[in-house]
Amino acid sequence: MLQRLRDLDFMPPREAGVSPLVVRDLTVAYHRTPVLRRVNWTAPSSGLIAVCGPNGAGKSTLIKACLGLVRPLAGTVEVFGRPLARQRRLVGYVPQRESVDWEFPVSALDVVAMGRYGLIGWGRRVSKAHRQAAMDALDRVGLADLADRQIGQLSGGQQQRVFLARALAQEAQLYFMDEPLAGVDAATEQAVLDVLRELDAQGRTVICVHHDLQTVADTFDHVLLLNGGVVAEGSPATTLTPDNLRATYGARGQGLMG
Amino acid sequence: MPDIGFNTLVVLLGATALGIAAGTVGTFMVLRRRALVSDALSHATLPGLALGFLAGVALGIEGRSLPMLLLGAAVTGVLAVLAIQAIARWTRLPEDAAIGAVLSVFFGVGVVLLSVVQGLPTAGAAGLKTFLFGQTAAMSAAEATALAALAVVAAAAVGVLFKELRLVAFDEGFARVQGWPAGRIDLMLMGLVTLVTVIGLQTVGLVLIIALLITPAAAARFWTERLERMTGIAAGIGGLSGGIGAALSAALPDMPAGAVIVLVATTFFLASLLFGTARGLIALRIRRGRMRHTLLDGVGP
Repeated sequence: MLQRLRDLDFMPPREAGVSPLVVRDLTVAYHRTPVLRRVNWTAPSSGLIAVCGPNGAGKSTLIKACLGLVRPLAGTVEVFGRPLARQRRLVGYVPQRESVDWEFPVSALDVVAMGRYGLIGWGRRVSKAHRQAAMDALDRVGLADLADRQIGQLSGGQQQRVFLARALAQEAQLYFMDEPLAGVDAATEQAVLDVLRELDAQGRTVICVHHDLQTVADTFDHVLLLNGGVVAEGSPATTLTPDNLRATYGARGQGLMG
Repeated sequence: MPDIGFNTLVVLLGATALGIAAGTVGTFMVLRRRALVSDALSHATLPGLALGFLAGVALGIEGRSLPMLLLGAAVTGVLAVLAIQAIARWTRLPEDAAIGAVLSVFFGVGVVLLSVVQGLPTAGAAGLKTFLFGQTAAMSAAEATALAALAVVAAAAVGVLFKELRLVAFDEGFARVQGWPAGRIDLMLMGLVTLVTVIGLQTVGLVLIIALLITPAAAARFWTERLERMTGIAAGIGGLSGGIGAALSAALPDMPAGAVIVLVATTFFLASLLFGTARGLIALRIRRGRMRHTLLDGVGP
């Protein structure tokens, strides 16, 4: 099945101007609590994108719905002009660090190699070429010498970089990252920022859930303010206005910009 | 060394193959945190055994027909797993509550059906009780060979799907994003557990098969930080437990084979807990001591 899906993946030429991500009327609820209501959003085709909003605004839910990890009540997600299910190979993902068991008996290289599994296909072993690609990805985040370490023996920042390297190894066109800069050390922050800029320079799209409003303008070209629905979007300069922040975060919103 | 007959030898090899399969498949059950689901599965085979016996009688098969029994066992075992998944999915009950409820209902029904069957004036009905704790003496060489072949198939399937099983066990969300059918891969794992459980019913018995699935894998974790090696070590410990246990129970005829096999596996587990080179208690103690030495005393002039 994976083989079939791969043949269908379709990357339109850049000049066609197809958006990497179009979300239409997306509504998501957990049990009885609605989290997102009628979200409509067309992601810009270039530049780093931040999704910001208060706790419980539905930031992670939005990207999980875009990734097909949460089933929406209604609405559709299109990746490069086609339904998500037919474009899996084009989509990469960096989850939050807490989402896995770090005691799991695998090395950093094993985890990064998982990024290649979609390219390898059912029942086949990880070839030398794929292992080398995984090694290169580890090198890009500065962890080549820790390749054989069991993942639980890495620091939190290093674990975050392993996840980033795994996403790089996927060679996707559209990346979703859930707070890749949350609570990391300076070395990791630098490594993550370098990778984000490199991906952007290669013409790939990166959408990050980001919690720190003060650093949005330094890193990102485009920001989506979310609170149960889209409040505002655009460049940080025009979007992070006192009115929009109040509408997103409530009365304390203005103070968040420092 | 006492002279062992051909039949016993085949049964020993069968128990070894079963242990290898259980260790291999069990490694992924432990890592996927599904140990309790497989316990419910094995207990839920009891009503299926009784129904399989009744179906055999209805079809006019004399005495106990092993394929019928095992087919019935597999059907009710799978039903129990599906019931757990349905309850966990459609209600807000936590999974352990669903497991507890399903396990006791199926086992209870099984005990009732077993007494009904044993009240029948049919030959072989009393033999059903051996499936509770296992009894290798009842096995024929042909049966043991067939079961051993199935065990080899189960272990080989894990080898083929190693990459997929590792991916889903480590990070199901990431697997889904890549387009892997995580639900179906889980289903294949449950299918392999069902296979191991059913072929282990005669040797180990349904009450204790869980121990042969979980203990070798848990023991193997103390020796390594790599999944490839952990799977191999679990297969080795499972195979040795099966072989040694079956041999001991053949030498001590009144001992249920299942209990002896599980006790051997437990011995391996305790030894691993203490002496395991990666995470064993002694290795941890030595590493702590060394670290204290280098950090505190090693500060030279």
